[in-house]
Amino acid sequence: MTCDELSDLYELYALGAVEDDDRVELDAHMSRECPHCTAGVRKALALNAVMISLVPEMDPPKQLRERILASVGARKQSGFAWWPVWALASAGLLVATLTLSYREQGVIGQLAEARQVITRQSLDLEKSKQILSFLDQPETRQVGFDGKTTRPPRGNFFVNSKAGVLMIAQNLPKLERGRIYQMWVIPKGANPRPAGLFQADDAGNAVHLISGAVDLANMGAVAISVEPEAGSLQPTTTPIIVAPVTAGL
Amino acid sequence: MIVWLIDLLFLPLLSTVLRFKDEGPLVERLRRRDPDAMGELYDRYGKIAFSVIYRIVRNQSTTEDLLQETFLRVWNRVQAFDQEKGALGPWILTVARNRAIDYLRSLDGRMAKSSLDIERMESPRVFSDLESEIFNKDRIQNLRGAFDKLSPNQRMVIELAYFEGLSQTEMADRMKQPLGTVKTWVRSALKTLRDEIGAQEAVAS
Repeated sequence: MTCDELSDLYELYALGAVEDDDRVELDAHMSRECPHCTAGVRKALALNAVMISLVPEMDPPKQLRERILASVGARKQSGFAWWPVWALASAGLLVATLTLSYREQGVIGQLAEARQVITRQSLDLEKSKQILSFLDQPETRQVGFDGKTTRPPRGNFFVNSKAGVLMIAQNLPKLERGRIYQMWVIPKGANPRPAGLFQADDAGNAVHLISGAVDLANMGAVAISVEPEAGSLQPTTTPIIVAPVTAGL
Repeated sequence: MIVWLIDLLFLPLLSTVLRFKDEGPLVERLRRRDPDAMGELYDRYGKIAFSVIYRIVRNQSTTEDLLQETFLRVWNRVQAFDQEKGALGPWILTVARNRAIDYLRSLDGRMAKSSLDIERMESPRVFSDLESEIFNKDRIQNLRGAFDKLSPNQRMVIELAYFEGLSQTEMADRMKQPLGTVKTWVRSALKTLRDEIGAQEAVAS
């Protein structure tokens, strides 16, 4: 397809809502840094941002700010706006109030922590369900990998034409700050396609699922490389794992 | 029933998107992991990101979880953001919208259009060198006029693309209309919007 033909699709492409065939075409233009399409997609990103900002105004709950800051390790807000008011009250009332407030803050804090735990467990549970469902499908096929280092990464990819690619790995090396693992699906005779970012735990274990239809007939390999924290459009380092996907698996 | 929300346009929210040109120092502090910078980022974009997510998922608790995921993702990836040329507001809004769309897709089993498609276009790198002229307040206000020009079917396909993440094939299935007809609506609607906001002329130049 020509750039002119693709230009109608820039916004849908930037929204991740373009048809697979068109996406492949646009990916090819973007991969070779086609100036027309690159400029067009940048403008589409801007137009899309304006479009999605045209929504009714909603106020997030007050406690959400603290919860989010805590979740990224930023320090919590300190001080209470109602303190000066209570400071003017009688000593007895102040003591009683502070006691009650302390308990209330404790309860609120515990509730916030519990909520975070529940959220995390819910997400973990949902991920586990997805993984079990993926593995349970008869079409899912296994592709092993084994690195060449002294303590080689070990594990398996599981591929399913309708459901995507699942990776379960051990012994992944600890990464420097600012680096992240990125999975790649490599079609035969074509450039690698990004298939999501993930991190390993302290022991080097990782499970990564990228959901979506994949063309197994034309899939040459699945690979893992170490990339900058934001990920890359193409691998910038030699992959530490490359697992060929052979026909008839 | 789909209701086009341009009638409920709130310019204060837009103003947060428009401010991104002055945000280099904030980005620099985020990259240095300054905790106060994260608070400032939330104060600036928390409300609009919350509004975008809620518009898509329509559930308060889910919106809170997805907003947390949005800021966590931004915090973890800001190192790759271009401090000089990056557009922070558009990036955060895109991440927020994508988290919500990804959630919707996981709910209704549309796994074929997955995070694989969405994630590629929210890399911080792609939000460099966005045309700042597009974020001109007058041009954005002109969108109101542009939407008035759209037919109900054109509005519907735009709504389905932006706030439900549907492809044109999925729109045709949803609307029970021929794919060719839906493509015509999408093409003409987007052209109207591009022309109004001036993007088309910029692309051509």
